[in-house]
Amino acid sequence: MAAKAKNLDGAIDVELRHVIKEFDVPRKDNVRFRAVDDVSLQIRDGEFFALLGPSGCGKTTMLRMIAGFEMATSGEILIRGKAMQDVPPFHRPVNTVFQDYALFPHMSVLQNVMFGLEMEGVDKREAAKRAAEALEMVQLPVASDRKPRQLSGGQQQRVALARALVKRPQVLLLDEPLGALDLKLRKEMQIELANMQTELGITFVFVTHDQEEALTMADRIAVMSLGKVLQVGTPEEIYDAPNSRFVADFIGETVFLPGCLTRKDGMFGWVQFDGTTIETKAALSDTNIALNANVTLAVRPEKINLFAADGNVKFPDGSSDSAEVYKTGLRRDPDINIVEGYIKSANYIGTDTRYTVNVGGQHDVVVRVQNYGLRSDTSFTQGQRVNVFWDAETVRVLTQ
Amino acid sequence: MAQTALTPSLPTAPDIDMGAVRRDMAIRRTGKVFYVFNAAVTYFFLWAPIVVLIVFSFNDSRSVARWEGFTLQWYQNIFANVTGGASRAATSGALDALGNSFIIGIISTLIATVLATALALALVRFRFPGKSFIDGLLYLPVVIPEIAQAVSLVLFFSVIFDFYNATLAASLGLPNANRGFGTIIVGHVVFNIAFVVVVIRARLADMNPRLEEAARDLGANEWQTFTRITLPLLMPAIVAGALLAFTLSLDDYLITAYLSGPGTNTLTVFVFGLMRRGISPEINAISTLMIVISIVLIGISMMLQGRNAAGGK
Repeated sequence: MAAKAKNLDGAIDVELRHVIKEFDVPRKDNVRFRAVDDVSLQIRDGEFFALLGPSGCGKTTMLRMIAGFEMATSGEILIRGKAMQDVPPFHRPVNTVFQDYALFPHMSVLQNVMFGLEMEGVDKREAAKRAAEALEMVQLPVASDRKPRQLSGGQQQRVALARALVKRPQVLLLDEPLGALDLKLRKEMQIELANMQTELGITFVFVTHDQEEALTMADRIAVMSLGKVLQVGTPEEIYDAPNSRFVADFIGETVFLPGCLTRKDGMFGWVQFDGTTIETKAALSDTNIALNANVTLAVRPEKINLFAADGNVKFPDGSSDSAEVYKTGLRRDPDINIVEGYIKSANYIGTDTRYTVNVGGQHDVVVRVQNYGLRSDTSFTQGQRVNVFWDAETVRVLTQ
Repeated sequence: MAQTALTPSLPTAPDIDMGAVRRDMAIRRTGKVFYVFNAAVTYFFLWAPIVVLIVFSFNDSRSVARWEGFTLQWYQNIFANVTGGASRAATSGALDALGNSFIIGIISTLIATVLATALALALVRFRFPGKSFIDGLLYLPVVIPEIAQAVSLVLFFSVIFDFYNATLAASLGLPNANRGFGTIIVGHVVFNIAFVVVVIRARLADMNPRLEEAARDLGANEWQTFTRITLPLLMPAIVAGALLAFTLSLDDYLITAYLSGPGTNTLTVFVFGLMRRGISPEINAISTLMIVISIVLIGISMMLQGRNAAGGK
């Protein structure tokens, strides 16, 4: 998105310091469920920050603690450097867009949006004017005297957004606000929300379990699992350089290959696949991984490629070359790994074909090959001998 | 052999015992007839007495068993609050009794509804040790026999009043405490609270807790959240509960009779008094009026509760 020109080196807007949240387990006196487990996070001013994780990972609990609906069991939550422990929700400079919107059913759309202003003591006429402006901003094309239940899901979503934004909060908290919308509307709203955030410059903290949504909209993402934050980073960092097996698995598609670290050189390491003599070079997720440690190689199907082991290699421009010549050419780059294998199965999915390739007799990798020409130009047949190759930088060495 | 290979044999028809089919169909038909008959008898015994009561409330005769033409006289008697005179049965005081019923009904309903609303909120919102026990205690009045409750209330007030009359009233020269409006109202509040709580609780349990959170998120403090969000959303249930309580208060005889004092005849107590002298057309008319009022109030109450369920979220 070219429109994005944010200065994200600004002040820290929301900070969590060693936050723990425990809940009582009903009918079990001595057991407490730890929903958020020692989380420390810094969310910068003007940032679109996504909390991403599967359901039950504690992301919504964290949002509710920032909003003030839940109190942290221990640890600190600061907004603009001010501790929020004893500040009730109605005195916090944050507003929330709820998952089910939580629009007041007994009030009209306009009254819903005016409510927050009235609570601030803004007089009715001024509140109505500003509420109407907010509704215009979210492009709600319906009469504002309608009741919420007369609106579609997408329209209700816009009202909820206007109701929160009209307060001009320092931080806007969004709890899976697009979850109830159908796919097409959700895609539209993703772009609209991201644009709106850039325009307003308000910090957005966005909870979602949809990795694509987080990658599309967020400036930074915190990936959570079982109450812990596993990795914080830009979408590119999270996707290209996952620091753990969970993150690599949860975001995008990854094939994992078990192996042993045999050699290290700076950012890179050499991994021997278990039970084979195949050794490949890959990027270390952590330079402290010990030699001879058991590791996992994380391979993204779209970042690796293949060509036939015998005969000719066809290129997108129509030219072709002998496989042997092509292979020799590739070998000149020390970062390129080439592994021999055979096609175990092919799965045609239109834009590309997914090949499961068996390497070294024990391991399967998945390769996504884009169907740039007609299918016959790129297809490989079952049982065909192929060479799989990748750049060492695109494959990650993870501890287990 | 070649022939059988060319003409595929038809699958054999399933072996169905047509006798058993006919028998089962006959059982089903008989069953249907029985269901209809059963429903007809049940509804007849439910409604026939009431229909007779209503019809004879318009009967132009003192005779209870013979129809002699249409009249509105018995209703006029009630509203004229007639004392003695031509009619043998003393309809005197019918209107007074109706007034008493309404005063007691309105006051006890107001008190019961306010208390029940607060109680429902507390029971739904707060968790405390022994909550389910406290919950159960609340519904006790619904379960225990009304006569037992009436007796217990009489005893309770006797003990308190005896003590008060012997001590405070005697020493300070204050008037003695006696059963009357006050005791009846307390009695009605006691048995009504449980019913009203049930109605309001159902609505509260249905209410999205995010709505109150949203209000607080938008800057409303606890009181503003209650008055602007919680109370308006509960209102249909509160009104429904109140109408139910008012109807129960209006219809109650036992507790009212036991707790009444001089000059506190309610409509039910009044009708019971008349009944001692046999059924009269005035009783029919009063009863008809009470049936109509109860049906209308309960109808509105159920409509409000139904709307609750429909537009609750």
